[in-house]
Amino acid sequence: MKHAFMRTAVLVSAVVLGAGAALAQESPATNETEVGAQSRPAPGALAAHMSDPVKELTADHTKFEILKGPFASGPEVTAACLSCHTEASNQVMHSVHWKWEYENPATGQVLGKAKELNAFCGNVASNETRCTSCHTGYDWVDVRQPMPDDPTKVDCLVCHDTSGQYAKQDNLAGNPPLEPVKDGSKTITGAKATPVDLVKAALSVGEPSRQNCGNCHFYGGGGDNVKHGDLSSALFDPPKAVDVHMSKDGANFTCEACHVSDKHVLAGSRYNTDVVDPHAAERKPGEARDVASCTSCHSDAPHTGPNPVLALKLNDHTDRVACQTCHIPEFARGGVATKTWWDWSTAGKLKEGKSYGEENFIQSDGKHLHTYLSTKGDFQWAENVVPYYAWSNGVMSYTLPETQINPTQIVEINAIGGEPGDKDARIFPFKRMGGKQAYDTERNVLLYNHVYGPGDGAALWSHFDWEKSLKFAMDYVGLEYSGKFDFVETYMYWPITHMVAPKDDALKCDSCHAENGRMANVAGIYVPGGGIGIGGKLGLVVFLMALLGVAGHGVLRLFGRKGGHHG
Amino acid sequence: MAEHFVKVYTRFNRIWHWSQVVSIMLLFFTGARMLGLHQLGPFGLAVTVHTLVALALLLLWAFATFWLFTTGGWRQFIPRLTGMVKVARFYAFGVFKGEEHPYHKTFDRRHNPLQALAYFALKMALFPAIWISGLLYLSYNLWGANDAQAFWLGLVANIHVLAAFAIAAFVVAHVYLLTIGHGFREHVRPMLTGYDRVDLTPEAEAYLAQKGLLKD
Repeated sequence: MKHAFMRTAVLVSAVVLGAGAALAQESPATNETEVGAQSRPAPGALAAHMSDPVKELTADHTKFEILKGPFASGPEVTAACLSCHTEASNQVMHSVHWKWEYENPATGQVLGKAKELNAFCGNVASNETRCTSCHTGYDWVDVRQPMPDDPTKVDCLVCHDTSGQYAKQDNLAGNPPLEPVKDGSKTITGAKATPVDLVKAALSVGEPSRQNCGNCHFYGGGGDNVKHGDLSSALFDPPKAVDVHMSKDGANFTCEACHVSDKHVLAGSRYNTDVVDPHAAERKPGEARDVASCTSCHSDAPHTGPNPVLALKLNDHTDRVACQTCHIPEFARGGVATKTWWDWSTAGKLKEGKSYGEENFIQSDGKHLHTYLSTKGDFQWAENVVPYYAWSNGVMSYTLPETQINPTQIVEINAIGGEPGDKDARIFPFKRMGGKQAYDTERNVLLYNHVYGPGDGAALWSHFDWEKSLKFAMDYVGLEYSGKFDFVETYMYWPITHMVAPKDDALKCDSCHAENGRMANVAGIYVPGGGIGIGGKLGLVVFLMALLGVAGHGVLRLFGRKGGHHG
Repeated sequence: MAEHFVKVYTRFNRIWHWSQVVSIMLLFFTGARMLGLHQLGPFGLAVTVHTLVALALLLLWAFATFWLFTTGGWRQFIPRLTGMVKVARFYAFGVFKGEEHPYHKTFDRRHNPLQALAYFALKMALFPAIWISGLLYLSYNLWGANDAQAFWLGLVANIHVLAAFAIAAFVVAHVYLLTIGHGFREHVRPMLTGYDRVDLTPEAEAYLAQKGLLKD
């Protein structure tokens, strides 16, 4: 019985294996098209031998046939990536980088680029192919709808290219410039667009560098350092004086050193900022952290000098003052100015029927920056800017498209959360962006604008007509618009957390501990040295009375001429 | 009763006094820097010096208090009314007419009644006010966690500054009064040499002579 069973099993196995082999031989073409027009190398054929140099990563992407192309588009490269990294796109599609939508757990507000209004270009909706040029995907042409669930539309290269020549064109909804590139085309960094070599890019993939992140994040708002103030092209290769963490002479960190990633979701948010790391003390040495705050690495008692007394006193500050407040004395350092004022109300002026620009700001490197554009209005710029300080628990509440505003006051596009003295709040530095934006004078709500859209007859940048631009945009997003508009002054706050200076350049005590020091307008604190106060005033009176008293007494003694001197 | 040169200030007494002079001056200077009354030297250095000198002075005060109680020296500082009116009248009128100071030092009462009252107020009110507020100020982080609006810190700081000015006012009067009577130098010398002219009873004279505390 036993032998008979064994024999049957072997026979069955042989038949199955034989059939499998036969099937495989019959359909080599199917296999090839699936994998990308190359034959699959034998298992182990690509493996490095002991005699080869040891590499950093366990996979050498230059060896993969599938990455050798040819590729006709970005999505074709992504498809190749997905043939091994089957879950990568799914992870990316669950990130803010992809969704441009973020539900703030602290406020319940639905934010994100696809939803909110800002104090720069205003809104993405109706301006897509231009604004979505920085999207980490391809072909998002209508942000009223979420990106389709298409894994090949994820742009792997924008983050993982290390060849340095992959770029996104500034008006192709996230696609790179490919042959033929239209004359005058630019990339999202404002550089001249040249055709991208997708094969070269695909073979180069690696971990994201500052170059990858910076190509989008350093150019937010339409130009170098326009938006953040603490994120500029100066950080591609900064001297230590500009950023101790990112400088080659410092820690030479990539962005993910702090913005640690988990399943393609990166730590850190300007909607819900980690002002403090509440679990730093509970973490074991070397344990993974997922909070992008200074104290995640430095602890909340990092000072050891310049002497033990001051070290203690400096550490005494950390329950009220964020590290950034002293250690980023100014932002927009390193020779790249940031936009501090954007007045849309003056946009649309023409000279002899033509749009024009003025360049009256001269950056420290001699470069002239625009201070007026017919397309965008008036601008102000600044370098080495002293931040605006405010108590912050990191939670930003936005003036959303349908939020009622009070046009007699300056409208805060985002209000900084946190009360003085809150356990989870610190005095934090911000860039305060000012400007004027369109609002509905009947409904008292901010208005969407339509600035970009060649050929549709309404875009501001082509037609310089606010009526048409605003009507088109409000219709596009499906919101009510009275047709009457004006411009209201706005503030928008951007947390300042990059460009940490060497410790010798940190603020000195009397930057704050002096009359009219940096904390002069911050509520809920007592700053020694910030003014002599009631105690000082009373004390001075007592002291001066004593001085006057003895002076008077002395004069009387001299006046009497007899004095008390006789010994 | 006859006047003699007697050792009234022991070595510790003098060290105590001059250490206080130096530390209080340093505290005034660094405190004024922090308050913003002058900009001489870095703020951080002022904090460091102020803190260390204050702690050292507190230590000295602890020793001095111990010393005062073990030697009975504390009795010197208990104010009494006897002669108070005379002394007050002297400073208000007599001094302008060249009158003699009505008070004569004795060995166990070297301060006149007004002086004793002033020192008593200094030791019982101003010094405790400055060091209690100072210690609270210094240790704010240990107790201020729930002081969300910094109200208590502001209160402590204002009390500290007010007390400091009051002590400064004391110093002004203290130094000025040295110019009255036998003159500034005559008044300062005992605190340097330890010896001062004091009325002694024959019994005290005999006792102090035996102890070697008489100079002539």
